[in-house]
Amino acid sequence: MTPSVIAGLLGAALVGLGLYGLILHPHPLRKLLAFNLIGSGVFLVFGIVARRGAAAGLRFDPVPQAMIITGIVVAFAASAVAVALILRLSAVGRRVTLDPEVPTRPDGGDAK
Amino acid sequence: MTELWTTTPGGYLIVLAILLPLAGIILSFTLGGRSAERVALGSTPFGLALACAIALHVGRAGKPIVYVIGALEPPLGIALRADGISAIMLITTAVIVTAAALYARAKFATPDGIRESRSSLIFWIMLQSIWAALIIIFVSGDLFNLYVALELLTFAAVPLVCIDGRPETLVAALRYLLFALFGSICYLLGVALLYGAHGTLDIPLLAQRVQSTPVVWTAAALMTGGLLAKTALFPLHLWLPPAHANAPAAASAVLSSLVVKGSFFLTLRLWFYVLPGLSADQAAMVIGCLGSAAIIAGSVMALRQARLKLLIAYSTVAQIGYLFLVFPLATGAQSWSAMSWSACFMQILAHAFAKAAMFFSAGLLAEALGHDQIARLGGAARVLPLTFLTIALSGLSLMGLPPSGGFSAKWLMLQASIISGQWFWTLPILAGGLLAAGYVYRILAPALSDDRISLKSSPKRSQEVLALGLAMIAIALGFMPQTFSDILEIGRPIAAALP
Amino acid sequence: MSLLPYLDICLALLVVAVAFWTIAARDLFASVVGYVAYGLLLAFVWIRLYAPDVALTEAAVGGGVTGVLLITAGKRLGGLRNVGQGERPGFGLSLVAGVLAAAVAGALCAVILMLPDPPPSLAPEAVAAIHGAGAGLGNPITAVLMSYRSFDTMLEKMVLILAVVGVWSVGADNAWGGAPAPFRVSKPDAPMVFLAQMLAPVGVLIGIHIFWVGADEPGGAFQGGALLAAMWMVTMMAGVAQPPRVDARWLRVALVAGPAVFLVIGLAGGVVAGSFFAYPPALAKPIILFIEAFMVLSIAAALPMLVAGSPGERPDR
Repeated sequence: MTPSVIAGLLGAALVGLGLYGLILHPHPLRKLLAFNLIGSGVFLVFGIVARRGAAAGLRFDPVPQAMIITGIVVAFAASAVAVALILRLSAVGRRVTLDPEVPTRPDGGDAK
Repeated sequence: MTELWTTTPGGYLIVLAILLPLAGIILSFTLGGRSAERVALGSTPFGLALACAIALHVGRAGKPIVYVIGALEPPLGIALRADGISAIMLITTAVIVTAAALYARAKFATPDGIRESRSSLIFWIMLQSIWAALIIIFVSGDLFNLYVALELLTFAAVPLVCIDGRPETLVAALRYLLFALFGSICYLLGVALLYGAHGTLDIPLLAQRVQSTPVVWTAAALMTGGLLAKTALFPLHLWLPPAHANAPAAASAVLSSLVVKGSFFLTLRLWFYVLPGLSADQAAMVIGCLGSAAIIAGSVMALRQARLKLLIAYSTVAQIGYLFLVFPLATGAQSWSAMSWSACFMQILAHAFAKAAMFFSAGLLAEALGHDQIARLGGAARVLPLTFLTIALSGLSLMGLPPSGGFSAKWLMLQASIISGQWFWTLPILAGGLLAAGYVYRILAPALSDDRISLKSSPKRSQEVLALGLAMIAIALGFMPQTFSDILEIGRPIAAALP
Repeated sequence: MSLLPYLDICLALLVVAVAFWTIAARDLFASVVGYVAYGLLLAFVWIRLYAPDVALTEAAVGGGVTGVLLITAGKRLGGLRNVGQGERPGFGLSLVAGVLAAAVAGALCAVILMLPDPPPSLAPEAVAAIHGAGAGLGNPITAVLMSYRSFDTMLEKMVLILAVVGVWSVGADNAWGGAPAPFRVSKPDAPMVFLAQMLAPVGVLIGIHIFWVGADEPGGAFQGGALLAAMWMVTMMAGVAQPPRVDARWLRVALVAGPAVFLVIGLAGGVVAGSFFAYPPALAKPIILFIEAFMVLSIAAALPMLVAGSPGERPDR
């Protein structure tokens, strides 16, 4: 097995693990972590595509590598926005959950 | 065919159309305060003019106009292309964004005595961002560039949902964000696989190279799944009603009539421009069934809502369902394919204008009455005749009664179903019309009663006229000449059977 | 050399184990710590894939800045250990999720093994372009990011601005214009201050170096900017500096500088070089470095602002 095959299988495993966590964890911050696992799995798949494309004296295809860098930046920005929303949700006294039925607690308490 | 990879006359207009709102975002953010509103409002006429100029060029040339960025051709570089469907969508977007900007002036003007207010700055920046992202989605010729545009759209839309800061809007925004991010990452995985299989992400180049392999099918499934989640196709619609119903009216209008169409547009790009050679009858059938389920489920849910804005949001879930009937009806080079294609775009446009008018009216009602409970609308039509005229006219188009854009769209869909021998699609189309009549009646019937109702404040005439204008456009679309359908065909690849 | 494949497999298993820990840990704090370790481990995988530029980015963002973001978030949520996990999902849902996840991962594995051989690649075109009329840069990734796909890169910087606006947008109305909560509420302690004062200048120099050599070697605007951002965050965490007000003009200018300069030069290309976003061949390299310098500034400003959060979350307000 070459490093790129191993990394590809690793990427697939990470997507699977992330998906499992995304479905199962009720807490948005845990969902966000799971989402980031999926993200890095996808970047790894992109990474082996780049590695496989080694040619013309380069050990990688620079185009997908450039896309991965762009993707990592965008994924981080998304995490930051999600974290800001979660923090605000707890600051206005709402239990941090995605369940729309949960009412706001009148005492303005923090997340339980 | 090299003309798809070289800059054509008028191609520079595409770049200008994109850079205008981007420059607007930068200026609005740097100057802040009242300048943000001035920049956004000041740029709308130019944006509208650019959209019209692009459409004129496309129509005159009869083929797509192209701009190769930096004169660096694909596959290494990126090419922008405006074809028939781009032109139509650019104009629609420009008109609705302009209307939303004018409508929003009343609510999102920076209050006196404050240098800068949170909600005003956010609204004006995000409105321009949505515009920029949609333009790129309509004209970009590169699947990764489209990914960045999709993310731009997400980042612009989510803050609008929770702009008034109530806890339930924060929950709605968070759900929307997680759904949208999941959709984007699925799309990106598909993009990675397509690049791995064919070494390019340029749409026409890919269309030449793709073959019916498991890798391509997996990529197509992932990208479609991700885009459907963003378009809120049943059963992935759960995020939409709370998000669209909780945003302020001007934002709801843009979200419901334009933002969901962005990801739908990409689904069309994927299947009809990247993968036209893939024979995907079964996949098209599944998507058609989901669309039908969306029509029924969305309409039934709309019938059961107590709040007007939620009713309108569920109606969006239903009306989106119609769009997906294009997949079983327009695949292949059959005679009915062009008819279904026009039907789909007529539905996009009719719904966009009617829904924006509806949300504008709902916003006016909520301001004037202090609530948007349908049960307490008794007698409201007497005191707000113009607003209810708008609701009635846009309701006409949603139901699909003649003459209206909604009627033209559904009539063409019915014809295409029958000609193509897929008569079973007529059932959800007709049932959806009846159910829509039901939920529009639910709004109008109490409002037309003799009850007395008091207004908290009287609505601004200019806002009422804006809403009415959009509803009139939805009606006027019913008189669209044949050239509409000709323009839509510009640059559409005809399916080539795979060996 | 024969040892390397085993090391690769061990590394992959380790990454999976840490990822599993991140998902399975009962405690949110343990999960966050797992995630930070995971980000650093991934950087090694990227080095093994001959992707040093990605490895630098992953280590800086995946491990570093995201770690600070999550740990700061946890602190502000009132102590990670106390955050409710919600009700545990039932066995049925776990089973369905597990089967679904396994099916997706399995299908993806199969598809990855089916990728065509010989693989398609744009590497030859990229190499030819670097030596030809292209950018004149030694690092092909910088050439792709700044020249061939400059449009993507500019849009990505716009996404960063929107993300900052998005993060700010969730603040309270009456807090608008104020500064985000400080990273450190308690009194700064001497060792941390000393570290920040020693580390920050060195880090800034290394960051500028990474950006500068990025034209020809691994590194570039993003990696350099991320290091600068990290230094700013270190000084804020030590309490030496405080987050700026969100309406500060200099902050706004710093945030938009990168995309604004990019946009203006892209427009100017239409007049000077005959095409939007084209550079005159003789001047390509200096122009790209010029744009990158402003992007470094914008990234160094944007990342800490994304971590700092919305204005007015300080407890004493």
